[in-house]
Amino acid sequence: MNFNLHDLIVLAPEDFLLGATCAILFIDLFLKQSQRAVTHWLSIAALLGTLGLVLADHDPARLAFNGAYIHDTVAAVLKVFILGIVAMVFVFVRRYLAERKLFVGEFYTLTLFSTLGMLLLVSAGNLVMVYLGLELFALSSYALVAIHRDSGVASEAAMKYFVLGALASGLLLYGLSMIYGATGTLDLAQIRQVGGVGVNGLAQHPTLLAFGLVFVVVGVAFKFGAAPFHMWLPDVYEGSPTAVTIFIGSAPKLAAFGMAYRLLDSGLGSLAPHWSQMLAALAALSLIIGNLVAIAQTNIKRMLAYSTISHMGFLLLGLLNATPSGYAAAMFYAICYAFMTTAAFGVILLLSRAGFEAEMIDDFKGLNQRNPWYAFVMLLAMFSLAGVPPLWGFFAKLLVLKAAIDAGFLWLAMIAIGMAIVGCFYYLRVVKAMYFDAPADKSALVLPQDLPLRWLLSINGFALIALGVLWGPLIGWCYRAFGL
Amino acid sequence: MTSDSILLSLLIWLPIAGGVLVSIAGGANANRSRWLALAVSVLVFAVSIPLLTGYDAGAGTLQFQESHVWIAAIGANYHLGADGISIALILLTTFTTILVVLGAWDAVHDKVNQYMAAFLVLEGLMIGVFAAMDALLFYVFFEGMLIPMFVIIGIWGGPRRVYATLKFFLYTFFGSIFMLIGLIYLYLHAHSWELSQLTALHLSATQQAWLFFAFLLGFAIKVPMWPVHTWLPDAHVEAPTGGSVILAAIMLKIGGYGFLRFSLPIVPDACQQFAWLIIALSIIAILYVGYVALVQEDMKKLIAYSSVAHMGFVTLGLFIAFALMRVSGDTQAAYLGVQGSMVQMISHGFVSGAMFTCVGVLYERMHTRMIADYGGVVNTMPWFAAFWVLFSMANCGLPGTSGFVGEFMVILASFAMNPWIAAGAAFTLIIGAAYTLWLVKRVIWGEVTNDHVAKLRDINPREALVLGLFAAGVLILGVWPEPLTHLMDASVKHIVDQLLVVKS
Repeated sequence: MNFNLHDLIVLAPEDFLLGATCAILFIDLFLKQSQRAVTHWLSIAALLGTLGLVLADHDPARLAFNGAYIHDTVAAVLKVFILGIVAMVFVFVRRYLAERKLFVGEFYTLTLFSTLGMLLLVSAGNLVMVYLGLELFALSSYALVAIHRDSGVASEAAMKYFVLGALASGLLLYGLSMIYGATGTLDLAQIRQVGGVGVNGLAQHPTLLAFGLVFVVVGVAFKFGAAPFHMWLPDVYEGSPTAVTIFIGSAPKLAAFGMAYRLLDSGLGSLAPHWSQMLAALAALSLIIGNLVAIAQTNIKRMLAYSTISHMGFLLLGLLNATPSGYAAAMFYAICYAFMTTAAFGVILLLSRAGFEAEMIDDFKGLNQRNPWYAFVMLLAMFSLAGVPPLWGFFAKLLVLKAAIDAGFLWLAMIAIGMAIVGCFYYLRVVKAMYFDAPADKSALVLPQDLPLRWLLSINGFALIALGVLWGPLIGWCYRAFGL
Repeated sequence: MTSDSILLSLLIWLPIAGGVLVSIAGGANANRSRWLALAVSVLVFAVSIPLLTGYDAGAGTLQFQESHVWIAAIGANYHLGADGISIALILLTTFTTILVVLGAWDAVHDKVNQYMAAFLVLEGLMIGVFAAMDALLFYVFFEGMLIPMFVIIGIWGGPRRVYATLKFFLYTFFGSIFMLIGLIYLYLHAHSWELSQLTALHLSATQQAWLFFAFLLGFAIKVPMWPVHTWLPDAHVEAPTGGSVILAAIMLKIGGYGFLRFSLPIVPDACQQFAWLIIALSIIAILYVGYVALVQEDMKKLIAYSSVAHMGFVTLGLFIAFALMRVSGDTQAAYLGVQGSMVQMISHGFVSGAMFTCVGVLYERMHTRMIADYGGVVNTMPWFAAFWVLFSMANCGLPGTSGFVGEFMVILASFAMNPWIAAGAAFTLIIGAAYTLWLVKRVIWGEVTNDHVAKLRDINPREALVLGLFAAGVLILGVWPEPLTHLMDASVKHIVDQLLVVKS
């Protein structure tokens, strides 16, 4: 293995983000609290700069560091949206953090490191890289959940997240080691070649490979938050400060998709008939558990956590198709989901103020009378999550349902639509609270003068309907990423 | 991609843009919202007139077509087109929307801009349903309609509005999502969402049977057919007057239209196989639901049940055509059945819309819909009573009103099939007369029963205009249905020809 300086150029976006994050970490040390906005804007600039580097790179797909790093369109699309969403999250959360004395440099640097981990994860070309990217992402986010040190709930959530996350990482690592043992290589492309032979009984350890696959699927399911590996998700969503929840709930789903694609298709693609059955079981469980339990929630963050579980079930419907069009559908779903989540949590952030968290469904009562526009944004987010046309969420569901039926999982598609109806109920309950219930406090809502948040949130809400009508270019991009 | 005309696009997007304009520009100024909404709805109606004048009824083909690639990746097109059937329903929509806007003038005081905006957006989406010739586009409009209606019932509805609107939404969503699975299945075989391509697809008997039931769930709930009609009385009772009018006059028609556009041409063999089921359900709807209507104490509920009974005629007419084909190959009678259903749909649009508007007029004055609270209204509101009686006659299917034409055609077609079915259907005329006339007797005739009725004012010019326009529709269609039948004639023939194709 030789180190080639030229390889670093292939990694230009990651190099830049790493450098910028270290610089921000350093600069932040010398800032007074009143100057913290500098860190805020520098962080956003770092993300946008990285985004620009990803977009500027029109070179064809290639490898770096002996195949450890894959540079292709799938990675590029995922990176563009990961970076864009994290930048958006920074804009959304600033005021929330400031009002809770959480407006500190650590939030930004941890999030940036976490983002760097996600970028490496979606470009991973061998097992070690997958693990490195995953851990960089995960360790930073454990710390983020605990950023509110004085809050008992947040510490508890962070502890649960950390212990269960470490367990999942351990399982994943165990699976990776088995795969390494069975195939004798860490490189995903080579694993695919050798693994294909393994199914036909020619490899030395087909059973070992199958066991490795099971552990890998468990690790992936944990990162998605798919049932029955979803236990950490509701507590983390509810316990974290909303500013952290919106981050954990959005971009990492794209990274999880990237990780699943790299491991299951690039690496274990030859075992697709096996893992698509496993994913089908996970999808069915996630859809049922996520949707049914969400009905009982009164805390909107917890409700959205269970809804995440069900959405990951939908995403798996696309993934288990195991063809390029299925992956494209799943990627489209992940992107769509990230934007719906930011819109929903964005409204929660907007309504929260010092000493008041708008996290109960009852806090949304009569919002239409107090502020029709943001009630409408929330309405769009809810109908989009429920999958009602002409909103974006419907088309994402349409594509994954098509993928599932195409793969012969008609029964699963039936479960999915049955659960979509259940899902409708609890999303509509939020709409009901906003539009049909009288507000407890009749006074006009005094919204904070946080113009970046208000504008970006409005654009985010509008995008849910605009991309519902004109989703052609985006799905075209996803299809091209997978060579369709 | 072709584009003969942008008329249909204009008809879909103009009201939607108008709705956005009203919600923003109207603001808290109720009068400005009302006038803006009226201007938009009249403009949309004016734009829809060229559909009628420019349509070549002799050809019966799709006209005013417009087609662009929508989503290239999955082959979905933005394909609009209209034949005689669509045009009749689109005109009904644009006409009724004006009356709804006018009808809400004094009745709605709360968030007027949002109310008007919701109806205008709804109008655009409903026109989209009738104009879409691409299955995915159809589905988007078909489902998108639920959002404004959900909000309309939920915000401006009666005391149990939340229950009613959730039931309405979840019930219809439940039905249509199975239809979606059917459509995806068809797409995976045809590799296209174009209706013409789906119609041309060869399907085995089993495939057709599954698809038939997927479509049935979607459209039967929308119509609604017995026994999946239970959302309708709740939705009607709780909806504001305008919501009830649109629901009865147009949204229910979308179910019938769906049968005509999807079930009949795409799965003809399954329709033939299960025609007995639909005929049986329709007869039950006509007879049983008629009896249910008889015992209602709430005026709106009574009219809602009467809607279910009348829509039974629509499904009966459509599916009697299949039975006819199988028994006798009598194309003429089959054609009569389908034509009768269509006339019945348009007529019921006018009659039920008018009846709900009448109830709205009374409700605004008395704030009750209970029949027992009324009596002797004719003494204080003679003009109103005249309208009410006219619409009631049309509801019973009295010759000379629009209600007669469609029912007569359907009964005639049923007779060719089996006199007993015709007898069962004809029996409804008696039940229909019973519950309608009894309603008239209890509400309108007799002595003034209480002080509230004694204080009633007769209708004002605006209400007279709304009811007068409905009355004009009912009478013109009843006395001279020829223009309407001529409009739809060739298109209906075209559909009946498709029934003869055996695909499996």
